[in-house]
Amino acid sequence: MTMLLTNLEIVPGKKIVTHYGLVQGSSVRAKHVGRDLMASLKNIFGGELKGYTELLQESREQALERMVAQAEAIGANAVLNIRFSTSSVAQGAAELFAYGTAVVLE
Amino acid sequence: MSDLIIFLVLLGLGYGFGRYAEQRHFRSIIAREKEFRNLPVIAARFPPAKLPPPRTRLVSGSVVVSVDYFKRFLARLRNLIGGRVKSYESLLDRARREAILRMKEEARGLGAEMVFNIKLETASISKGRKRKIGAIEVLAYGTAIIPSAGNGAAVELQQS
Repeated sequence: MTMLLTNLEIVPGKKIVTHYGLVQGSSVRAKHVGRDLMASLKNIFGGELKGYTELLQESREQALERMVAQAEAIGANAVLNIRFSTSSVAQGAAELFAYGTAVVLE
Repeated sequence: MSDLIIFLVLLGLGYGFGRYAEQRHFRSIIAREKEFRNLPVIAARFPPAKLPPPRTRLVSGSVVVSVDYFKRFLARLRNLIGGRVKSYESLLDRARREAILRMKEEARGLGAEMVFNIKLETASISKGRKRKIGAIEVLAYGTAIIPSAGNGAAVELQQS
């Protein structure tokens, strides 16, 4: 069974059978020194910090996975109205957070 | 004295490389935006009811961009008198456009015809550090509408 993920509030052509409420997943990552060194170089020249882009992407995927695991555990087959949020909790660490509404679609 | 020389060298490097990198980035953004123009991104929360039941998929694109030394210096000067900080405006502009383009790339790869309910999120990473890295992360995400085989969703939309 694949989980249907969307940030719409409805799924076109499908009816919601059961609402299970909020599911969420989060992941906190810190950067390692090598990447930080490259970043401080880029800090002079400007431009994209590829290492950070990848790091945040990975950790956002993990947050999403955790959210999906939670939704699966309560028996949902779709998560609607997904939102992402980022916050820096401590020096050099960022929290990536994903949440949505778990539902059962017909 | 040596401090001043280092400062001027960094300023020069930032000015030269930063300008070059930014111009190249903007050129590539404009070219790719043209390429993806036929894949509309719509900020509406609900897809029109007229759409035939399509498949939907969550798509996202993100980018982390840093500002160069020269522009950071300009911004610090601007802090004294206030007003528009143009050097950061262009940074945010290109980060957002890049994130949207990456999202569109993913959507195109899935065969999507449009992307609904796009949300943009901006975060300044490494905030509150002593040696600040003026880098921002922009995430763009939305729901890609993939038409079921045979009936194009865009055609339906135009007729409605």
